[in-house]
Amino acid sequence: MNKTVNQKAWFLVLPVLVLVAFSAVIPLMTVVNYSVQDTFGQNEFFWSGLIWFEDMLASERMWDALGRQLMFSGIILAIQVPLGIFVALNMPKSGVWSSVCLVLMSLPLLIPWNVVGTIWQIFGRVDIGLLGYTLDAIGINYNYTQDTLDAWVTLIVMDVWHWTSLVALLAFAGLKSIPDAYYQAAKIDQASRWKVFRYIELPKMTGVLTIAILLRFMDSFKIYTEPFVVTGGGPGNATTLLSIDLVKMALGQFDLGPAAAFSIMYFLVILLVSWVFYTVMTNLDKQEG
Amino acid sequence: MAKITLDNLAHSYLPNPASEADFALKELNHDWEDGAAYALLGSSGCGKSTLLNIISGLLQPSQGRILFDGRDVTHAPTTERNIAQVFQFPVVYDTMTVRDNLAFPLRNRGRDEGYVAQRVQDIARMIGMEDVLRRKARGLTADAKQKISLGRGMVREDVNALLFDEPLTVIDPHMKWELRTQLKTLHRDFGHTMIYVTHDQTEALTFADKVVVMYDGRVVQIGTPEELFERPAHTFVGYFIGSPGMNVIPAQVQGDRAVVNGSDIPLGRAYRPPEGKVEIGVRPEYARLSQTEGLPVQVRRVEDVGRHKIIRAEFFGHDINIIAGEDDRVSADMNRVTFDADHVNVYANDWRVQGEAA
Repeated sequence: MNKTVNQKAWFLVLPVLVLVAFSAVIPLMTVVNYSVQDTFGQNEFFWSGLIWFEDMLASERMWDALGRQLMFSGIILAIQVPLGIFVALNMPKSGVWSSVCLVLMSLPLLIPWNVVGTIWQIFGRVDIGLLGYTLDAIGINYNYTQDTLDAWVTLIVMDVWHWTSLVALLAFAGLKSIPDAYYQAAKIDQASRWKVFRYIELPKMTGVLTIAILLRFMDSFKIYTEPFVVTGGGPGNATTLLSIDLVKMALGQFDLGPAAAFSIMYFLVILLVSWVFYTVMTNLDKQEG
Repeated sequence: MAKITLDNLAHSYLPNPASEADFALKELNHDWEDGAAYALLGSSGCGKSTLLNIISGLLQPSQGRILFDGRDVTHAPTTERNIAQVFQFPVVYDTMTVRDNLAFPLRNRGRDEGYVAQRVQDIARMIGMEDVLRRKARGLTADAKQKISLGRGMVREDVNALLFDEPLTVIDPHMKWELRTQLKTLHRDFGHTMIYVTHDQTEALTFADKVVVMYDGRVVQIGTPEELFERPAHTFVGYFIGSPGMNVIPAQVQGDRAVVNGSDIPLGRAYRPPEGKVEIGVRPEYARLSQTEGLPVQVRRVEDVGRHKIIRAEFFGHDINIIAGEDDRVSADMNRVTFDADHVNVYANDWRVQGEAA
């Protein structure tokens, strides 16, 4: 059979191409453009090759920020995923209370990032914040603007408050999709609560949990607004995460070349980690099948 | 193994059932004999699964008691009742191997590994899955999964009863027959009390010693397949069992005669005039088409189904079916029907009326 040739079909794809070009390809290429050039002002640029990339790879500052970033993402995942599952398991499965829980849990998700930052920034202040003042009053020496540990704890608690609901909601959706017969069969088989979780609930949640972990990883790895509002990266550089550092470099110091190289590597790390994680999870699935 | 007694049992899914219509399962008294194979037969939504779940303890009845060998277990949890149950749709533990799936109920009860391995091997042979024991259960076909579910149900030897809730729905016809045969063998060899829920009459009649027919939340008849065929206690039983089902025709009954549209039909027994809605029921097997005898009938269609012919006809405005043998002659001038008097049953308000010797 002869293939029908009809070049007009390109017109149907065109709008998508244009959209993607403007939303992703062109901005990204601008960054690529900056990353391989240098300037001494007057809007004059000249080719500098991969020197910015080499600079950045040798920069202790970037490795430190990456280390802090990985630690941050690691900690919040280690807290939010188990906590989210725990919350989902203990939510009412149906009825009015189920809806009430869902609404209450969605609330933090609806608050804009900088508002969340402001809420916690004030909440934690020793002079006027409820949390900071109370802790101080009961004799705990807490001050997130001066103490590294306090700053980290504040950021982590804030992120857990903001995003655990997302994991919980996804896990809840996964749990709701398990037919009653599974629980009934487990009762007949005399399975313990732990075994019901391990062999029925957890396997049925793998799909949604993969998505949850992926979303939380990407989002936490890109986090900017909340730590910027709360600690501004301090004390010192203690909470200077990757994007805070990037903004300092690009807008504070106006080092466009290094910042562009930084951005590209930042982007590639997120892409790589997400891709590896996703591939491993889906392959595990297939192998078992 | 135990005798299971249902005492005034009833169940409603509503918190405050007001009338009888609110009950999914209407009041019921029955003994399930120890070691018998029962089939629970009825159309969808008639309360079969409700009854099963009450016996296994997955559901608490709204009223009445359940006794196992005289011990009240109405509020005992499933684990205490030591019951095996297989559900309509396959339930397997996806991340476990087939072997671990089969071993699961035994391991949860702390049986030693040697015994577990032996038992799993036996069951795997029975369901024909010895060569996939090492595989993960995920990704198996629906009927393989259901065989695992069946296997898990049968793996414990000491159960009080084995309950099957339409377990063969998803299995293909050839395998269905084979598994059913194996269930029968299992029953013969070990003598477990078995209750098998189905809406397929062939399945029920071939599997069970006793068939319990349910209709609209009520048990309408309990009997051997033969009793259900010859003397359906309720018009639903007549209609539901048999293919095609029993012909039910409104009539007046006087003594040993039934009158339909002014014409007499002889009955095998004599009846006092029954109250309420009176009907006679005749199985198509006991109706015969004739040239000269009997009452007028209008033949509309003849279906040859191989072993016999089914004649669809109109009898005083009612649809009736007549079964004629493979070699019986059916011709256009045969427009009368006779009924075998001994096999005409009389029903008042859908329930069979006992006659006296004529």
